Amino acid sequence: MSAEKETEWQGQLAPGDELPEDSGLSAGVRGYVIGLVVSLLLTAASFLVLHDTFLWKPGIPVALGVLAVAQMGIHLVFFLHLNTGPDNTNNILALAFGVLIVAIVVSGSLWIMSHLNHNMMLMERVMDLHQQR
Amino acid sequence: MLGKLTWEAVPTNEPIALVTVLVVLLVIGSVLAWITIKGHWTYLWKEWITSVDHKRVGVMYFLLGFVMLLRGFADAIMMRTHQAMALGGPDAGYLVPDHFNQIFSAHGTIMIFFTAMPFMVGLMNYVVPLQIGARDVAYPTLNSVSFWITAAGVALVNLSLGLGVYSRAGWLVYPPLSGLQFSPDVGVDYHLWALQISGIGTLMSGVNLVATIFKMRAPGMTLTRMPIFCWTSLASNLLIVAAFPILTATFAMLLLDRYLGFHFFTNDAGGNAMMYVNLIWAWGHPEVYILILPAFGIFSEVIATFSGKPLFGYRSMIAATMVICVLSFMVWLHHFFTMGGGANVNAFFGIMTMIISVPTGVKVFNWLFTMYGGRVRFTAPVLWTVGFMITFVIGGMTGVMLAIPPNDFVLHNSLFLIAHFHNVIIGGVVFGALAGYMYWFPKAFGFKLHDGWGKASFWLWCIGFYVAFMPLYALGFMGMTRRMQHYDNPAWQPWLVVAMFGAVLIFLGILCLVAQLVVSIRRREALVDATGDPWDGRSLEWITTSPPPSFNFTVLPDVRGEEAYWGIKQAALEARQLDGPPRYEPIHMPRNSPTGFFTAFFAVVFGFAMIWHIWWLAILALAGAFAGFVVFAWRDEDEYEIPATEVAAYDARRRAVRQDVLARAGVKA
Repeated sequence: MSAEKETEWQGQLAPGDELPEDSGLSAGVRGYVIGLVVSLLLTAASFLVLHDTFLWKPGIPVALGVLAVAQMGIHLVFFLHLNTGPDNTNNILALAFGVLIVAIVVSGSLWIMSHLNHNMMLMERVMDLHQQR
Repeated sequence: MLGKLTWEAVPTNEPIALVTVLVVLLVIGSVLAWITIKGHWTYLWKEWITSVDHKRVGVMYFLLGFVMLLRGFADAIMMRTHQAMALGGPDAGYLVPDHFNQIFSAHGTIMIFFTAMPFMVGLMNYVVPLQIGARDVAYPTLNSVSFWITAAGVALVNLSLGLGVYSRAGWLVYPPLSGLQFSPDVGVDYHLWALQISGIGTLMSGVNLVATIFKMRAPGMTLTRMPIFCWTSLASNLLIVAAFPILTATFAMLLLDRYLGFHFFTNDAGGNAMMYVNLIWAWGHPEVYILILPAFGIFSEVIATFSGKPLFGYRSMIAATMVICVLSFMVWLHHFFTMGGGANVNAFFGIMTMIISVPTGVKVFNWLFTMYGGRVRFTAPVLWTVGFMITFVIGGMTGVMLAIPPNDFVLHNSLFLIAHFHNVIIGGVVFGALAGYMYWFPKAFGFKLHDGWGKASFWLWCIGFYVAFMPLYALGFMGMTRRMQHYDNPAWQPWLVVAMFGAVLIFLGILCLVAQLVVSIRRREALVDATGDPWDGRSLEWITTSPPPSFNFTVLPDVRGEEAYWGIKQAALEARQLDGPPRYEPIHMPRNSPTGFFTAFFAVVFGFAMIWHIWWLAILALAGAFAGFVVFAWRDEDEYEIPATEVAAYDARRRAVRQDVLARAGVKA
């Protein structure tokens, strides 16, 4: 991409926006390559977190969660071209709706399943716990 | 070579199944022979099978739903007649336990996924682009693919009649019963693959319609000027987009359990079958709103048109729709209060369930107030609507009863529950689909349906429903559970005989629907709709001809307020003349494409191969589907142009008719 073109579009582009089509193949590919490299790094990092000892054990699930959310963000911005541009309002609203539904379903399921697991625990195991105490 | 498939898969030792298969083959064979003899294949291929026109796709969806209604009803009447005589041991009645279990599983699956869904998706496909003033949906070819993929699911379910068995684990295939240990044969696989494939079609259709409503509206058609049917369609499709991935993921996990020895839902190796129930209802509850919301929209359109008044409380209707859309995701636990949730979760979800009935109540009052003070014309669509209002309120109240957890512990899995959800699905979704069918049929085909047969069908359906399902409420209180192949309580039998009689009444109602169609086609000259506006309608679909041209509108309508067509019509009536002729421009329309048909063909082959473990065929089918995609993606021309002169000539004829109508209205005034 020529620097000239980039300045020409300065101010008219929202962060993360692609330049219009005539800016050539390399410019189009650049976003995808960055996205691919970053998401590969994040994937490698999550394996690293699992196998190495530099994280406090109970912190590992949290780290995996953070890495997963970051991964989703990278996909949304670089592959699905979600940005803060003015004609992207619908996409942002759709994302908000999606996040709301995922939050409801995930938190609801965790709550429900913890109740079920607590109430439906096998009798022997309950007795086992009593004996251990 | 052929995996698990052997000659033993053909049900030669089950006379009922075998005779059914032979009759179905005979019917299909004679239809195909008739088409061949009459030489209709070219017409069918060019105008319907490869069509990407949203109107054609919508009609095909509805037709598919109607055929599957007959299939699902056959299951229903078998269950009712069997249970009416099943007092005694497992030998009582005429269905063996294994067959009975297949029938109730197939009935639920077919009625929800392949009757109610195609009805609603078909109506949305047909009507939404017309109502928002668009020429087609956002992705016309994808639309055709969605339809054909749904049809692929239908094909797989019905293949199980003649090859192998169907699932015996109910319509939601709960593990551990549906796991490999307790259902080792192909029944559950038929169920899972059919629904995985058709679920993809439904999801794509949902994406398509959401994009259409957000991006394709005519100039001036702001969101708050859209007819209510478009709003309820929007809510319903948002729910499809949000909920169907949960179904797909859940079934995918169950498939991994069954095919690759995973342990998501088994008791050993840390799996948890309760998680399946939780996830399936996180999809399942939104699903019932996916079905009922478009029906609410249909009733709103019908009641406003035939009352001759704008819909009462348009904005509150939008608010109620969107509140239901979000709340429908917060009530799913009420399907398994008894599974062991504690007091806190049960109380929370019970209260949420009661709250969600509030916006529905708002809607009922809005419909009533729309009728109040109006000059209501009691045509068949209005009868379905009034019948819905009464029936649905009863169903809603029994729903609130079930939403109280202590009540639910008594009524769970009893026939009371069966009566409740048939109450809301027949009284809501089916009545809605049939009201919409009779209301929009003249738009789609250029002639009205015979009103008398429609009314006869309504009365038989409505009375038949009460006779068939009120006894089930009573039986629920008497302790009869669902899905019983036999029973030993003689007190139940009279009620079941009455219920069977109700099912016969519904059968007569279905026969009236067929008779109505036949009579209307024969008398189409007398029932013709020349004006394109047979009901004195209020929204944009009535501005164009019946049936609409492939491009829907000669020029995109200029929308200046709510009830777009009503405003234009009143202005024209006042001025005693139409607006001056607009400037016509050439119209670009998408070309027909066989992509959908071929994708569906490969999907059926893939599903069949996976069900019977014929791995090489599955790989071949996937390769075929991918090749089809590549061919489609590299096509050169995807649009054709309709020249401006042709559009102008079409509109000139149309304007002459409308001018004539105006002149006659002027004389009357």
